Amino acid sequence: MKTKLMRHVLAAGLLIGAALGVQAPAARADQALLNVSYDPTREFYKDFNAAFAEKWKADSGETVTIETSHGGSGKQARAVIDGLQADVVTLALEADVDAIAKKTGKIPADWKKRLENNSAPYTSTIVFLVRKGNPKGIKDWGDLVKDDVQVITPNPKTSGGARWNFLAAWAWARQANGGDDEKAKAYVTELYKHVPVLDTGARGSTTTFVQREQGDVLLAWENEAYLALDELGAGNFEIVTPSVSIKAEPSVALVDGNVDAKGTRKVAEAYLQYLYSDVGQKLAAKHYYRPAKPDLADKADLARFADVKLVTIEDFGGWAKAQPEFFADGGVFDKIYQPAQ
Amino acid sequence: MAHNPPQDQGVTTETPFARALLIGLSLIFLLLVLVMPLLAVFTEALRKGFPAFLESLSDPETFSAIRLTLLVAGISVPLNLVFGVVAAWTIAKFEFKGKAVLSTLIDLPFSVSPVISGLVFVLLFGAQGLLGPWLQSNGIQIIFAVPGLVLATVFITFPFVARELIPLMQEQGNADEEAALSLGASGWQTFWHVTLPNIKWGLLYGVLLCNARAMGEFGAVSVVSGHIRGQTNTMPLQVEILYNEYNFVAAFAVATLLALLALVTLVLKALLEHHFSAELSASRRH
Amino acid sequence: MTRSASSGWQFRQPSVLPGFRWALGYTLVWLTLIVLIPLAGLFFKSAALGWHDFWSLAFERRTLNALWISFGCAFIAALANVVFGTLLAWVLVRYQFPGKKIVDSMVDLPFALPTAVAGIALTTLYAPKGWIGAPLALLGLKVAFTPVGIVIALIFVGLPFVVRTVQPVMEEIDREVEEAAATLGANRLQTVFRVLLPGLAPAVLTGFSLAFARGVGEYGSVIFIAGNLPFKSEIAPLLIVIKLEEFNYPAATAIAVVMLLISFSMLFVINLIQAWSRRRYGYGA
Repeated sequence: MKTKLMRHVLAAGLLIGAALGVQAPAARADQALLNVSYDPTREFYKDFNAAFAEKWKADSGETVTIETSHGGSGKQARAVIDGLQADVVTLALEADVDAIAKKTGKIPADWKKRLENNSAPYTSTIVFLVRKGNPKGIKDWGDLVKDDVQVITPNPKTSGGARWNFLAAWAWARQANGGDDEKAKAYVTELYKHVPVLDTGARGSTTTFVQREQGDVLLAWENEAYLALDELGAGNFEIVTPSVSIKAEPSVALVDGNVDAKGTRKVAEAYLQYLYSDVGQKLAAKHYYRPAKPDLADKADLARFADVKLVTIEDFGGWAKAQPEFFADGGVFDKIYQPAQ
Repeated sequence: MAHNPPQDQGVTTETPFARALLIGLSLIFLLLVLVMPLLAVFTEALRKGFPAFLESLSDPETFSAIRLTLLVAGISVPLNLVFGVVAAWTIAKFEFKGKAVLSTLIDLPFSVSPVISGLVFVLLFGAQGLLGPWLQSNGIQIIFAVPGLVLATVFITFPFVARELIPLMQEQGNADEEAALSLGASGWQTFWHVTLPNIKWGLLYGVLLCNARAMGEFGAVSVVSGHIRGQTNTMPLQVEILYNEYNFVAAFAVATLLALLALVTLVLKALLEHHFSAELSASRRH
Repeated sequence: MTRSASSGWQFRQPSVLPGFRWALGYTLVWLTLIVLIPLAGLFFKSAALGWHDFWSLAFERRTLNALWISFGCAFIAALANVVFGTLLAWVLVRYQFPGKKIVDSMVDLPFALPTAVAGIALTTLYAPKGWIGAPLALLGLKVAFTPVGIVIALIFVGLPFVVRTVQPVMEEIDREVEEAAATLGANRLQTVFRVLLPGLAPAVLTGFSLAFARGVGEYGSVIFIAGNLPFKSEIAPLLIVIKLEEFNYPAATAIAVVMLLISFSMLFVINLIQAWSRRRYGYGA
């Protein structure tokens, strides 16, 4: 027993050593990039990382491994703020990148201007996913607040996509009511009364809609909706494009503080640039993102996107204004759920 | 109990009908709350057949998640084992002021929400945390790396071994140790040859539960992990990731590994208890 | 708590056993490093807030509501566990039936099954299209995505605490007490409810408090089944996560501190009960 226990203690010591040792290569690894991203980009970056690694090998002869981390956009931004050593962040919201810039100073405040198209190499929009045959006859935002309709969307407090959902609904209602923000608020308030489950992330909502068969309509990223058709059975669902939606611009940025500490600036910059290349744009379109440079993508892929009138975040005064007004503590979204005093 | 064989005494038992009713009730409850969820896990994992199940387990990221989970548990459990034995020795064998407070403090992690358990380490070691700037300037990475996962796991499973041992050692009393000491054994000898053999089954049981919890912890680990694929994802986090990738078969396949771990733990535990109760009643008789 | 202070104040009673200093020292150092310093960091962070800010953050209406849901659901779940857990313990201690060993080991499953897996599995079952949810839906009952779902998840999580604290105490009950009660003319129900169950009360209470404390903080299994609607089914740990993801560390720590203080006082009471029951009955959980 004595020797056994001693062996345990020894093993523990060794393992601690091993654990610390595990850290060493990560710190030393000259050509390992960490891309901290949000939920729905997994499939796209899987392909893109492979393509970039190949290209980097061909160009420089160096092998680069790209590690990825996915999760809710806010959670991912918080991890970077708390010290996750991301070389690049590819998040759902400008506001999340801003938060990193502001709290850590590792990203310069003017990061948005450093890359083309507001640092959004691909965009998307919000569409409806409905059940086969569209039994509730949902065509546009106005149909979502009909008595017997249940809407699935994640919580805007924890999900970047959900904020785009919220703003898209608001944009439609504002337009339908001649620019009246009060009426838009009334509509959005009514809309969230039709939401039976608020998942914490976009992927959670899709699972609730598809696997748990909750609700009649899912508000989803366009690329998520198409992916759901591909992955979860095209025969069971249909995509409905509303008359008005929002141009969702997921932002990418270099984390200067981290790449300089790790010495990965060159490859990280090349990685982000490659997103704008023909390969990056083609892959984005293939994965149902709307490419920033459509002329570089395959025509067949582009043809899949429905024409829809898109408002942008600028119509809400930019994220710097929209984020605190709608989604901060005590903002419009919180008031929706505040029970009558 | 071995020394108290069940006798058919009308006054101390219920009518056969009442007995059947009570057994039936508790079995239905167990079925609804425990058995069905377990069945659901296995059904979902095998939905597309056994080959698909096996294939989904051979993914390299899943492999590295398994390796990481083993590593984290392999560090955390021995640490808590040593602590549990020492703490139990202190609390069970001695009477001192503040004992109730000490034993409450040891239990504390039981009732701390896993989310908070993760949060405290982020507040301490995160880049914005109290020690963050110092760690960063020295190039030490704690959270979003193995040390952070280990810390969170040690915290979560902190009381398991101690809690198992304290009542047991209290029940056993100090007589055996005092006898050994009076016969001239040293403190260490007493511990190795008297105390340890007395508590070994309880100790093993505590270690098993501690290990199961260490491998299965989700909330706390999720806060400190950073979710880097193939690097800082433990098995429960891998389940979440696969689930979020609509790869339900693979998610539940990894979940079955964890469920199997739970079942193996339970079987081992049952075997231990068998030993344990025999030994307990033996020690009580003398 | 009454302390026997017979010979003046004395840190510890004399004992021939060695290693007290060493063991206490090790225990304290390790406890301080792993548990106390991290938790102190939490209090330190929230202290930086100032009393007024702390108060308004911690007792904001939505926070109170989430705390109410967490504590309320945990309370109901712990009560349900007291009823069924005691019943289970009784059945396991008193009766023989086929498969008893298996049932006995099954009770520990929630200790060992990862909470996220449990959450997903329970949601699969109790969702309106699930194996159990579908028949319930026919009856007009909705479990998943309501507070009832939270209670179900917490019953799962807390069950072993009650069974495992009550079971050993039940095993120790002397049958002579029951025989005496019967001789004195009590029928079986009276014996059980007037004689047996009161003796079990401290153990049951301990089990209740442990299940309750565990349920209050539970996150992994609840999050899938709760529905997470603010003011309806939003639990306090989720609110902490939400505040974190808004980069609102002060609010997150404030809520965490409130939860911790409540949990800590509850645990302290549990341990007092345990100490008391040990003194009174000579056995305890």
